[in-house]
Parts: sequence; structure tokens; C-alpha cells
Amino acid sequence: MSYTIEGNTGTWEIVVGLEVHAQVISESKLFSGASTAYGAPPNANVSIVDAGMPGMLPVVNAHCIRQAVRTGLGLKAQINKDSVFERKNYFYPDLPQGYQISQYLHPIVGNGELVIDMPNGESRTIGITRLHLEQDAGKSVHDRSDDATLIDLNRSGVALMEIVSEPDIRTPEEAVLYMRKLRSILRYLGTCDGNMEEGNLRCDANVSVRRRGETAFGTRCEIKNVNSMRFVARAIEYEARRQVDLIESGQTVVQETRLFDAQKGETRSMRGKEEAHDYRYFPDPDLLPVILPEGYVEEIAASLPELPDAKKSRFIADYGVTPYDAGVLVMEQQTAAYFEAVAQGRDAKQAANWVINELFGLLAKGGKDLSETPISADDLGRLLDLLNDGTISGRLAKDVFAIMFETGQSPARIVEERGLKQVTDTSSIEPFCEEVIAANPGQVETYRKNPKVIGWFVGQVMKKTGGKANPAVVTGILQKMLDG
Amino acid sequence: MSLDRSTVARIANLARIDVPDDQQEPLARELSNLLLWVEQLREVDTDGVEPLRMIMPLPPRWREDSVTDGGHADVVTANAPAALDGFFVVPKVVE
Amino acid sequence: MSELTYLTLTQARAGLLAKEFSVDELLEAHISALAAHRDLNAFITETADLARQQAKTAASRLQRGEAGLLEGLPIAIKDLFCTTDVLTTAASHILDGFKPPYESSVTRKLWGEGALCLGKTNLDEFAMGSANVTSYYGPVRSPWTAVGDNVAVVPGGSSGGSAAAVAARIALAATGTDTGGSIRQPAAFCGITGIKPTYGRCSRFGVIAFASSLDQPGAFGRSVEDCALFLEAMAGYDPNDSTSADLPVPDWKSEVGGGVKGMRIGLPREYRVDGMPSEIEQIWQQGASWLKAQGAEIVEISLPHTKYALPTYYIIAPAEASSNLARYDGMRFGLRVPGKNLAETYMKTRGEGFGAEVRRRIMIGTYVLSAGYYDAYYLKAQKVRRRIADDFTQAFEHCDAILTPTAPSAAFRVGDKMDDPVAMYLNDVFTVPSSLAGLPGISVPAGLSASGLPLGLQVIGRPWDEMTCFKVGRAIEQAADFTTLPYGLEAAA
Repeated sequence: MSYTIEGNTGTWEIVVGLEVHAQVISESKLFSGASTAYGAPPNANVSIVDAGMPGMLPVVNAHCIRQAVRTGLGLKAQINKDSVFERKNYFYPDLPQGYQISQYLHPIVGNGELVIDMPNGESRTIGITRLHLEQDAGKSVHDRSDDATLIDLNRSGVALMEIVSEPDIRTPEEAVLYMRKLRSILRYLGTCDGNMEEGNLRCDANVSVRRRGETAFGTRCEIKNVNSMRFVARAIEYEARRQVDLIESGQTVVQETRLFDAQKGETRSMRGKEEAHDYRYFPDPDLLPVILPEGYVEEIAASLPELPDAKKSRFIADYGVTPYDAGVLVMEQQTAAYFEAVAQGRDAKQAANWVINELFGLLAKGGKDLSETPISADDLGRLLDLLNDGTISGRLAKDVFAIMFETGQSPARIVEERGLKQVTDTSSIEPFCEEVIAANPGQVETYRKNPKVIGWFVGQVMKKTGGKANPAVVTGILQKMLDG
Repeated sequence: MSLDRSTVARIANLARIDVPDDQQEPLARELSNLLLWVEQLREVDTDGVEPLRMIMPLPPRWREDSVTDGGHADVVTANAPAALDGFFVVPKVVE
Repeated sequence: MSELTYLTLTQARAGLLAKEFSVDELLEAHISALAAHRDLNAFITETADLARQQAKTAASRLQRGEAGLLEGLPIAIKDLFCTTDVLTTAASHILDGFKPPYESSVTRKLWGEGALCLGKTNLDEFAMGSANVTSYYGPVRSPWTAVGDNVAVVPGGSSGGSAAAVAARIALAATGTDTGGSIRQPAAFCGITGIKPTYGRCSRFGVIAFASSLDQPGAFGRSVEDCALFLEAMAGYDPNDSTSADLPVPDWKSEVGGGVKGMRIGLPREYRVDGMPSEIEQIWQQGASWLKAQGAEIVEISLPHTKYALPTYYIIAPAEASSNLARYDGMRFGLRVPGKNLAETYMKTRGEGFGAEVRRRIMIGTYVLSAGYYDAYYLKAQKVRRRIADDFTQAFEHCDAILTPTAPSAAFRVGDKMDDPVAMYLNDVFTVPSSLAGLPGISVPAGLSASGLPLGLQVIGRPWDEMTCFKVGRAIEQAADFTTLPYGLEAAA
């Protein structure tokens, strides 16, 4: 798939790398015992360590290290058994220590990769440059006062994983697919809940453009604040177009940080707001190097769940579902597990079809997600069993499904109580067939010329039986009567 | 390395320390002398020497992941030059 | 002046346990001494009321036979240790009014052992100095004066207030912190004993940071035994400090008198620096002779990178300090000097809040970490630091402890050496190398200079081997029999 921008002077392509900040799932912060819970009153989740009080010292949260290693393994990345926390020095009111503890020269995770699945069935591998752990900053509230800013340090010190991709992304769509896939992997691993609204997953995009065929990279701009899946593509599209227009009008792209304005759909320069940065990184002397003990990585590796790519391959191989359906089913671990429970011992393609088309359709209509489904996987499976053993017809199955969704009742009970069992016994169907033939002599004439009209007769009989008659049996009886 | 006035101004800005104009020149001289003095280190052969990371080698020191602190915004902000409703109040940050 | 203030910490402890005097009597004698010596400016904050409160608990615990190591003993705390609800300043304007809502781990241990807090002692601002002249609260003067001279001399620094308080018999012991010599040098200048333990022996949690990889709390006392007792109460593992060592604290006080027989004592030849006064050389040789007389073997050793220790230190310490002191920004605590906007508030607060020496070190530290200079300065210094540490490792293959002078001179007049920072830094020439290597060191008074001011000898030990420092220190103490009192105190004694 190619994405190009037609300019006045030729065709351009885009080069994108993403820097994602993913909040680590942990009870307490990276270096203090304060809670990471979202939505607490201002400064309620703050220890004196987070507030940068004099004499306070950081102590590493073991679980955050584990989560970073787990994520690294999920990205098939090299795990560095010796990594270093460094201080990134700058002044900002939401940065209490006057430095952010981060990793710089020696991150805990090195090169890895992430495979994205294109809608056309192809896949592309995007390189991961590194993953490192760092502290989040606090929050500035600007709208409470005209001449002051309010600072809430609840987020200050919460562990983040910064995950940096190689500049391998070539289309805005790939960027979105990368984000979706990354989010999916993080959620499988249980290392980040990926909630972009709460800011648990944030994205900065490094964007540059070059003429098609060019191999060198153009000057890039870092686009900050791209904080929803929707905006990822929009921000990149806008920025790439801006750069093309700039170059074609004889100007040059200045390497800078730009802010994405979601309301206007534009990026704008942060120049002037930020001075030339000189972060003066150096190893934090309050912390020891992070040396992973013998067997540590292996033990975590052994505990990893089956990840989306592996699961997808297995679904295609074992269940025979299409690559597209498999992709949809494995995006969320919960969906995949639901599907597998339904598919177990049944027609897997049919199961996939019901899960994706029927269940997701109704869920989407109600604005719900799978965790809120009123239909358990077992019940959906039983419904398919009733359908497949001929107890109910395909048409009735959908009605039963709708009732199940409405009431949460089991399919057997619905079929039983509402008398929806399919009728296959010829003697009870024959009277209906006779009735329909007798009442429609004209249609009988038409049938003589065009036997396909039998479908119309079947429909009439089904209507009269309230859909309960077995259509195959009905067709047999009608044929015999009309031909005879 | 001899520091000039503009370097002193740049460093002062990085360190957020106000150095009045008339003090920049003398400070530049003073800092230059200090740098000249520490540059003796260039004489030391450090080829292949790993920089010191830990003076006393210690085993990893990691915390259990549990909530042991927090819930006292009043204490956290008690020393603040200005506070409001549990927030620290600082001069307007222009975004 | 009560004779109770002339007891050593160990004697006072024995006296309380034997009920020879009460906690109240001991405390009130010290509170009187505190009031009588305000001219020294040794304290920034006096906490007599807190001490009296603590004394009640101490008295009842003594009564019940549940005395801690320091039960009922009045001591002083360097004002770099955070103390709950008690003004904590680091002797800086920038911490105006700061009352920590927390206690440093070391002081928490001390109160747990029953010590009584007389107050927070003066120091060089953020512990940056060697003469205690950079304090926002004014210089500390030593209780000593040179013979025939009424001009005040410096107590040394940065823990000058603590050293002066113990020397002037205001406190039985005091905490200090040592980054490049800030305990050992003032101990030598004030004629008392001071120990900087191995880096990691005492927790830094709640101690206002100067240079994290060097800072280490330690003890002042009027005898080696007092220092051993006091350090025992301060030391120990703290899970809140990642650089604190999980090692048992030995019973130093009981083994101080173990002697030096059979020990090999190294004299580093590189410590015979150019221009060292002959009286320093003499006291050093004297110390070696005393130890030899008590059965130690004296060996010459080499610490080849000694001359690079000070320049290394003056890159690493300011670099760490420039970052450690970034939190003093007027946003969450302490001084805020309002400007017309945020940027100006930062600049003014830090410009006015920090004194000249602190500003100088932050500037140097910022520079050596800045883009393009990191490798040439900071990284280079960390490599040289390793060489310096390796020197000690090799030297300790040939000896059990190293004997050196503590400082290259006796105390100088308040106001001297103020124009030339490097001349001031040279005070720490003998203490900085072992600080860079994280090693324990003790300074013991050994004699008097020609001008009648105390001179100290330093004993440096292997990592975690404070015990040997104490034993060698005790041997010197016995031989030196240093009993001279600061002149102002002679009459009272």
C-alpha cells in the first residue's frame, strides 16, 4: 500500500516514527508508595518523594521493572540486563524535582518489532528502537485563574514506558494500525490499559516528507499531543501536507516540536514557548543500576500469554477462519477467548460469523463492549447447537438471539417457553401447504412455467407456521403436491 | 576552557539563576579559573577505564508494589508559598 | 558552668544509668551552655523545649530500665537533617520557613534511642564550604582562638556548627554530614573526634542532598569511644535509601580499645604535598611513631592519583549539586521571590535564595553536564574517580589502615581564603580522595599547632571497616592524650 502526496513539483512520500508513552499498570508509583489511581482529589496521591521535598530519595518499584521487561518480551525485543536511570534536567512547575528520572543511554529494552496487519491481508513489520521507563510529570491547571496556574502532582512519578518506533511507518493508516496493535499487545500483557481518554496511552509523531524515490530522510518535526486513535492519522496528514507546501514554496522545514490542535485539526509551532533544550542527562546517583537477576527474564518469558500474532495464526490454521476475521477476533484477548469458547467443538467459521456479525453488531448498536455482553459464550454455543441440530431454523435462531440479548435468558428456555421448536413432521405441515395452493391458483399457473416460484410458496407456508416449519420439509411437500 | 559572558548567561538561564549583567564578567573569570584548574584531569590516562557507577557495590534494591503513602494533600502543600483547594499555586504558565 | 557538660557522651550515659545525676540536670546544664555560647553562632534553631519534652520520656524509660543507647543524652543535629515540624534550613535563605512534615531516618533512629535534641546547628550553605562562612545565618566561630590573637578562627566546614557545639561543651555529641571532608576537617579544626563512615552505612533519607554519590552522615564526639557509640545509634539499613547497605551494625563501642598490635598502617607518599607546613608533617610522623610504639607496622604506600582527587571532586560534586538543588524553585516550599512572570520568578528566587558559593557550584555543575562538555568533564571525572578508588583498593593490599593528616593546616581566621575558591578547596586535599572512594575515615585530635590551635590525624579504613578506624583512632587518642580545652572554656573547667 502506498500513500503519496501530490505536490506542484512532484510526488512526495511520508516517513513517520512514533513515540508512545504508555502508563504502566501498577498499584504504586515508579519510585514512591503513592497510589496511581485515576481521578483522586488534587495532590491526594502524592508522597513527599513525589513532591520533591528536600532529602527525599527514590526507590524502584519492582513491579514496574517487571512490566517493562514483560512488554519488551511482547515486542520480541532485546532485554538489557543492565540498564541505568538517569536524570533529565529541566525546570517546569509540574516537575517537582527539577528533573525527570528516565533512562537515556542504557534503556531496559532495546530493538524489537511489531507486525501490523493491513486490510488487504498483507502485513508489515515496524521496528521498535527502544523502550525505557520514566516518571510522569504532574498536571497544570490553567483555567481556574487568570494570573496563576494550579499544580496537581497526582500523576507525578507514575511509571511510564516510552516506546519508540523506527521511522518505518509510511502512511497515516499504518500509524493508526501501529497504535492499535501496540495497544492490543499492551493489553494482552496487562502492562498498560491503553485508555487514551485518561491519558494512559499518549502518542507523539515524528513526521518528515521526501520526494518519491529519495532514500535520505527529510527534516522531521515532532508532533505532540496526538491523544486519540482518530487524531493520529489526521495529525500526520496535516503535518505532511504542511511540510510539502513549505518545501514547494521554497522554504525549509525547521526541526521543531509542534503541538496538534485537535479542534482545528492543525499542528502549530511550540517555538518560543520552549527554549533550546539542554537536558544535562547523567546517571541518577540516588539509584543503583538496574541489574536483572539470573533467570529473571526467562521466568517472565515463560509467563507470557499467547499474543495476538500467534493467536491469529492459530485461529487461521486451527479454525479455518479468514485472516481478516482472525485479525478482528484477536484484537482483544477477551474477544478471542469468547470466540474460542463458542467455537470449541463446533463449526468455527459459523462461530466467527455469529460473534463478529451478530454479537458485535448488537453490542455496537447499544454502545457496549464485550465485557457488558448479556450473552455468555456458552449460551451462544448452545444456540448454535440448536440451530445445527435442526431444533430451530436459521431465521428463528436470529430471533432467539435477539431475545437472548434482550433478556439474558438461555436459548433452550426461550425456544421452549415460546414454542419455537422447528416442526418437521409432514402430517402437521401438509394442511398448511394444501391451504396455500388452494388459495393461489394464479401462482400455481406461474409455477408451471417457472418452477422457481416454489420459493414464494415456501415463504407463505413458513409465514402461516410462524416460521416453525422446517423449510426443507415444506419444500418437499409442496413439490410433491404441485408436480403431482 | 575559558568562559565568555554569553556562556555565563546561557548557563545561568539553564540553571535558572539570575546573574545581573554587571556580575557576568567577573563570574565568567571566576568560573574560567575553576575550569582551568579542574582541567588537570586531562593528564590522567583513562583509556579503557569504565566510569565509576556505584562506589559500594550493592545488590538491587527494589520495592514491593503497594500503596504505602498519600492521602495527605494538606501536608504536601503545607509549606507551599501559595496553595488553593489542595493545589499548589504558581505563577501563570503560558502554554 | 556545670561539670556535667564536660563529661564525655559515654561518661554521661554511665552517670545516668548509675543515677549519679538526673536527665533534667544533665539537660539543663547543656541548655545553659547553649545560652552561654550564643556568640559562637553554632545553632540556627534551638529546640530546648523539644529536648525537655523528650527528657520526660527518657527519664521514665531510664526509670523502667528500658534505656536506649543514647537515653537522656543531649545532642545537636546539623541543620541538613530534616526534623518534623522543626525549621530545617540547610543554612540557606531559599529554605526560609521550611518545616518538614517528615523526619530523616538518622534522626528518627536517634530519638528512638532516647537522644535529646538541643537544636539544629549552623553549617555552610547546603554543606558547601570548608570554613562555615557561607551560611545565610552568618559564620560560625570556633571556640578556639590562636595564641596571642583575639580574632575568631573558623571551625571548619561544612559541619562547623556541630563541631563547635561539641568542642564548646554545648552538646555531648552531634551529627554531621561529610561529602568531601565536612566532618573530619571541622573535627580537626575544633580539637574533637569525627567519623565519616563508609558510604551507605547511614541512611541519607531526609538528609538534604548536596552530592548524592558522596554525602554520608556521620558523628562528632569528644572521644573515639563517643563517636563509636553515637555512630552505632545512627547507622543501619534503610529501605528508603537505595544506596544504604543491608549490613549489621557492629558493636563498635565495645571494641574500640582493641589495640593496633600487628596492624599495618600505610602512609601514602603522595600526601606529602608541596608547601605543607612542617608542623603538619611533624604531627603526622608523631602519629606514626605512636602507632609503631603500640605494635603496629608502618609501611609506605602509594596512592598515585591523589593530586587529581580535588579537581575530580570539584566536577562531580557540583554536577550532582546542580541537579539536586533544582527542586529549590519557589514553587512548593521555601522562599519565593515573585517576578513579573514564571520565568522571572524562577530566576529571582534562585538568584536571591542561594548564596555566592552555592550559585558558583550550581553554575559549574550545570556547565560540566551541558551538551558538548559532559564527556570532557563529568565522564572524565567519573573515570578518574575509578582510578582513585582503585588506588585505595591496591593500597589496602599492603596495609590495614591509612594514616594521614586531616587537613593541610590548622584553623584559619574568619575571613581568610575568601577571595580564592581554589585556596579554600585545598583545605580538603586529604579528605576528598577517600570520600571519592566511599571509604570510612576518622579524625582524631593529635596535638597543637605553633599558634596553639588543634591539629588532627585521619585514619582511613577499608570499606565497611569502621572498626579498624576506631581502634587506630583510639590508639592515637591514648598516645596524644589531647586534653587542651578551647581557651574560652579553660576558666570554666
